[in-house]
Amino acid sequence: MKGRILMGSAGILLLLMFLFPMWKITLSAPQYPDGLTMYIWVNKITGDEPGTLENINLMNHYVGMKMIEPSMFPELEIFPVVIYIVSALAFIFAFIGRRKLYLLWTGLISILGVVGVYDFYTWLYDYGHNLSPHAAIKVPGQAYMPPVFGYKILLNFHVWSYPQGASYLIAIAVFFALLAWYFTPKKAF
Amino acid sequence: MKAVFFINQNQINTMKFPFKIIALALIGGLFITSCGPSTDDVKKDMRGEGALSSDAAERVYVKPGEYDEYYAFLSGGFSGQLAVYGLPSGRLFKVIPVFSVDPEKAYGFNEETKPMLETTHGFIPWDDSHHPELSQTDGETDGRWIFINGNNTPRIARVDLKTFETVEIIEIPNSAGNHSSPFTTENTEYVVAGTRFAVPFQQKDMAIKDYKGNFKGALSYIKVDSVTGHMNIEFQVLMPGFNYDLSHSGKGKSHGWSFFTTYNTEEASTLLEVNASQNDKDYIAAINWKKAEEYIKAGKFKTMPGKHAHNLYSDETHSATSEIIDEVKVLDPAECPGLVYFMPTPKSPHGVDVDPTGEYIVGNGKLSADLTVHSFTKMLKAIEDKAYDGDAYGIPILKYEAVHAGTVKQPGLGPLHTEFDDKGNAYTTFFISSEVVKWKVGTWEVIDRKPTYYSVGHLMIPGGDSKKPTGKYLVAMNKITKDRYLSTGPEVTQSAQLYDISGEKMELLLDFPTIGEPHYAQGIHKDKVHPKTTKIYKLDDNHHPFAAKSDRDTKVVREGNIVHVYMTMIRSHFAPDNIEGIKVGDEVYFHITNLEQDYDVPHGFSVLGAQNSELLVMPGQTETLVWYPKYEGVIPFYCTDFCSALHQEMQGYVRVSARKSNTELKWSLGED
Repeated sequence: MKGRILMGSAGILLLLMFLFPMWKITLSAPQYPDGLTMYIWVNKITGDEPGTLENINLMNHYVGMKMIEPSMFPELEIFPVVIYIVSALAFIFAFIGRRKLYLLWTGLISILGVVGVYDFYTWLYDYGHNLSPHAAIKVPGQAYMPPVFGYKILLNFHVWSYPQGASYLIAIAVFFALLAWYFTPKKAF
Repeated sequence: MKAVFFINQNQINTMKFPFKIIALALIGGLFITSCGPSTDDVKKDMRGEGALSSDAAERVYVKPGEYDEYYAFLSGGFSGQLAVYGLPSGRLFKVIPVFSVDPEKAYGFNEETKPMLETTHGFIPWDDSHHPELSQTDGETDGRWIFINGNNTPRIARVDLKTFETVEIIEIPNSAGNHSSPFTTENTEYVVAGTRFAVPFQQKDMAIKDYKGNFKGALSYIKVDSVTGHMNIEFQVLMPGFNYDLSHSGKGKSHGWSFFTTYNTEEASTLLEVNASQNDKDYIAAINWKKAEEYIKAGKFKTMPGKHAHNLYSDETHSATSEIIDEVKVLDPAECPGLVYFMPTPKSPHGVDVDPTGEYIVGNGKLSADLTVHSFTKMLKAIEDKAYDGDAYGIPILKYEAVHAGTVKQPGLGPLHTEFDDKGNAYTTFFISSEVVKWKVGTWEVIDRKPTYYSVGHLMIPGGDSKKPTGKYLVAMNKITKDRYLSTGPEVTQSAQLYDISGEKMELLLDFPTIGEPHYAQGIHKDKVHPKTTKIYKLDDNHHPFAAKSDRDTKVVREGNIVHVYMTMIRSHFAPDNIEGIKVGDEVYFHITNLEQDYDVPHGFSVLGAQNSELLVMPGQTETLVWYPKYEGVIPFYCTDFCSALHQEMQGYVRVSARKSNTELKWSLGED
């Protein structure tokens, strides 16, 4: 029973991901003493102020970076569907109550997590390296790729990039699924 | 000889006034006979050099990046504006245009703010602004609005302290020389506006010598809406033809009353410096405005002609409107018993100041050597006992002894204004003897005196005319500067001085120059204003009829010879930046929207040959500049506010063709 509850809880945790951002990127420069903070969610990209995205775009267009617009990310459409499917699987597996299924689920969500971070990396790479040839400011050899995790200086900006609540929820969900596996006896029936 | 006869300034300052004159005369006499102190020593002493404590610099130093503790709002006097400083540093932050045009901010030059300066005399580009007054809630400054009077063409303005912009101006009818204004009641129910000049009521063509009995003075009560701040003239009290100099409202126990000083109760119309200084006592008029409200409610008013303009600015349309109102309600004290009483007060009182408890009413008799203080409690008793000393035009004159609370004996010469601290002390400025004198409310004893450089007018303690004064700083605003700063020719800067009043003795900390000529000022703790200020205007809330809220909305529309350009600006371009098809003789309106939604990213706009000014447009705002192209050619325009790394590239062209040419009207951005 403990296993089923833990597995079901893992599914609920995934659904809670919609309530928190997954990642946070903060830019700071002398002209931006309060910083510009961007949040990446499962299904959207937001800023700490209504105009934050526009302001980041305004800064970045000088060096030829692409405009960030939520519509350019198919991920924001795909991610929610994946989350729904995987959490539905969690509930189904909890209903069936087989420990091998719990392990399968753990593997699945772990792979999805790694794929997600890799996707994030490729986007950041493209965003930081694929610059417009018509940019007003060109610094030879300079790329503007923000860190996936950690801190970096990009020209006049200090950049911090760290996971947020929704990412921690995945980690906890994985942990719950493992616990479910651990607490479920080999002979379930 | 020198050692024997030298008397230093501090000794002079602690002397009673007549002795002081004698001492000064003595020094003068000795100087003439050349056996007194050296000229240099006296000069040094007169300038207060060496009187500063050694850590004064530390006490006014605000480290780079840190904030001042108080805002100080000093009127610009004949500049017509209102200046915002920080205390204790004395640094100037902003000059808010109020009654005078300001090409830097396009105030009075762009189409949006022109209506702000409309009056019944038409557009007026200047006035003389004297007394800023912060709005109050429960007798305490609340940081919502600051009001200020236009003296010459009588008006009251309201400045919003979220945006630090003038958002409303109301003209005062039946008034001339709007000096005893705008003083607020305890909850900003009203700001009052009194007339300095008595004038024929209603205005008409008549002989000046027939002044006496025929001229009148109107005291206006301007109702302030507690939510929107919108002003309207609720009623006027029709007073005798005296000159109404200054005012303050009652507070606490005297809430519901306002007090006005009068001079020229002689009703002279010429050579007032002599003829208006004859009466031993003039009056402080006490108006029971709660009673006035009852009379209004009871219909005891007359509706009379009182044409006045009412101008209102909206942060939604980013535009002002101006309307003319024709009439006002007038109360005649002769027909409204209990509405007005006169309290005799020696020698042409200038300022009238009410202590924080509301009990004491200080009459600063500017030609008197004493300072007269009346008691509100005694005043009520005198009214109850009908302790009258006759009447003036039907208004009871209360017996001097029946209202008099005390006298500060010979504190100096030429008292003008008094403010209060949080420890029961009062501070009065003396113009002639050029000093600030600290005295104890209730015992009337003089505690301390400090010279000012030179000839102080008003003084200001943050909250010093409210129920909750502070006790840290005092700002003296001087009328004469002379040699205090590096010379700038015949016209030199005006000057304010900061004193530390936290101790028993006042300490001079700082001189700082001011704009125009500061009269009154107000001060408020930064926490009541700074956190609430507007950073940007939201583009979504911009309802300007000519706003272009994205580059897609930009266009050029011709209606006959009037051309409307719907233009946007954002780092670092205008859209459109190429315009063709404009013709000589056109009337071109550039409606420019700043699309930025980031703090402190204004853009400017200027076009060659514009006969008005630049535009300085805040993020999310739309402003309009009208331009009359005179010659054929290709005319540049550019951004005037260094906005970004590519600010210098933020520019464009307008092609101007001959009147009869058929150049096609077109506009573009980024096309060749």
